[in-house]
Amino acid sequence: MNFRKQKTMLRYGPGTRANHWAMAGAFILLTLSGLAFFHPPFFFFTHTLGGPVWSRILHPFIGVVLFVLFVIIAVRQLKYNLLMKNDVQWMRQMGDVLNNRDEKLPPIGKYNPGQKMVYWALILCIPVLLITGVIMWRPWFAGFFPIPLIRVASLVHALAAFIAIATIIVHVYAAIWVKGSIKAMTRGRVTHAWAKHHHPLWYEDEMKKPSQRAGDENASERDTTSHHGARHDGRTSG
Amino acid sequence: MINSQNIVARSATTLPAPHARDNVVEVAKLIDVTKCIGCKACQVACMEWNDLRDDVGECHGVYDNPMDLTAESWTVMRFSEVETEVVGGDDVSAEKQLSWLIRKDGCMHCADPGCLKACPAPGAIVQYANGIVDFDSNNCIGCGYCITGCPFNIPRISEKDSKSYKCTLCSDRVNVGLEPACVKACPTNCIEFGSKKDMLARADKRVNDLKERGYENAGIYDPAGVGGTHVMYVLHHHDEPGLYHGLAKDPRISPVVGAWKGITKPIMSAILGITAFAGFFHYITKGPKEEPTDEEVFGEGDDHHRDSREEEHRS
Repeated sequence: MNFRKQKTMLRYGPGTRANHWAMAGAFILLTLSGLAFFHPPFFFFTHTLGGPVWSRILHPFIGVVLFVLFVIIAVRQLKYNLLMKNDVQWMRQMGDVLNNRDEKLPPIGKYNPGQKMVYWALILCIPVLLITGVIMWRPWFAGFFPIPLIRVASLVHALAAFIAIATIIVHVYAAIWVKGSIKAMTRGRVTHAWAKHHHPLWYEDEMKKPSQRAGDENASERDTTSHHGARHDGRTSG
Repeated sequence: MINSQNIVARSATTLPAPHARDNVVEVAKLIDVTKCIGCKACQVACMEWNDLRDDVGECHGVYDNPMDLTAESWTVMRFSEVETEVVGGDDVSAEKQLSWLIRKDGCMHCADPGCLKACPAPGAIVQYANGIVDFDSNNCIGCGYCITGCPFNIPRISEKDSKSYKCTLCSDRVNVGLEPACVKACPTNCIEFGSKKDMLARADKRVNDLKERGYENAGIYDPAGVGGTHVMYVLHHHDEPGLYHGLAKDPRISPVVGAWKGITKPIMSAILGITAFAGFFHYITKGPKEEPTDEEVFGEGDDHHRDSREEEHRS
């Protein structure tokens, strides 16, 4: 609502956003088809991929796509997801977090510990899902592995998928809960106020960049060629 | 004796099967390994009746042919040359004697089938009231979970259509009162077919006979770990079923498969549902973290309004 009246800053570039939503689509399809194979009450989800047999055929290929996209985003976001001192304090004050008493929380960086936990849970689960998934993959790969190993892979695949799905439920809820954060992934930008309120240390770091200070919407594109954007005050009419 | 619609268990189905009629006789195929001459008439009969034409393989220097079960070879004779304790004969000086153990391998039609437990496709695997475990290829999705679930390593996925196949115990013949094709073709009567009760009685008699002849460890292979089977063996070395091409001593559904297709299903589903509902109720009770305004974060008078000029203009 007041997005247009407030200065905004870049949080996610177009590449990251495209990657994120491609992953989101893949994850939803994988979740639906995977649950369908996991438990009979979910079997009707196979219709989302064109029926039971198509689900069986497509599920692993979509899984490989998700893995590749995830590796790209995981590498690029690694440095922001390392644990820091304030994170521990933030976690201790989970009650304040859940009760929206943000003013009591210590300042944190680009990601809060909740987001970091999503990151590390997926770092754990997605490679496990890939490896166990390849072991189960018929007709291409399963034949090369002994049946006892396939059994263990099937159970571990289900457990890892369970952790990943639970994590993503929390991730999606957090995005709905914290107003202003979905725009980071749909538009790439957040307001200065949002950034300073939720991620003060990241905000301060970003404010060292002239283009972010100006709140210039097109700065990211221009930044690649020159720094003219810095002179613009960023108050575009858009 | 048989009713083709009398299905007692159906894969990937949580509700009970119709079971108003429960006076069906359990059937069984009894394979008396001690009488088998390895002629493979049963293999040929299986091919003929089920219209299976497997690829011509290669000779590997052993009598097993084909070398393994396939989607188009639902039964295979396994030939094992093993050394066993000397039984009966005059040559008591020898410590061991050579035995040629021949076993007809194929689906055991378990009372508690691992394939059916693991299968995710509703109705792709069914169990009839008479004990026959049958695959409905039309519902098969080719995931191979039946292979993962089977304690006997029986089902095979076809390279042609990616569907799973195995012995049906000639359910189509049994449904109309005939015995399975392999039984019909066996020249030594080493394969017999009838009610499980009759077959157990017959096997019992044969085991006693074998024991009298010196096979002290003869016995009936009807493993309890899978609830008993509807294909049973008479073995002269029942204490060591592994001699017969690795026949499992105590087959049961792997605990890993049990966990995967058992308790984890409702528990993990419930936790996922609760997680989603927890989010919903948190939002309803605590409300969202509203997006902060510039005034809240930076204070009044700070130059953080994007279009202050426009606002002035409007006022």
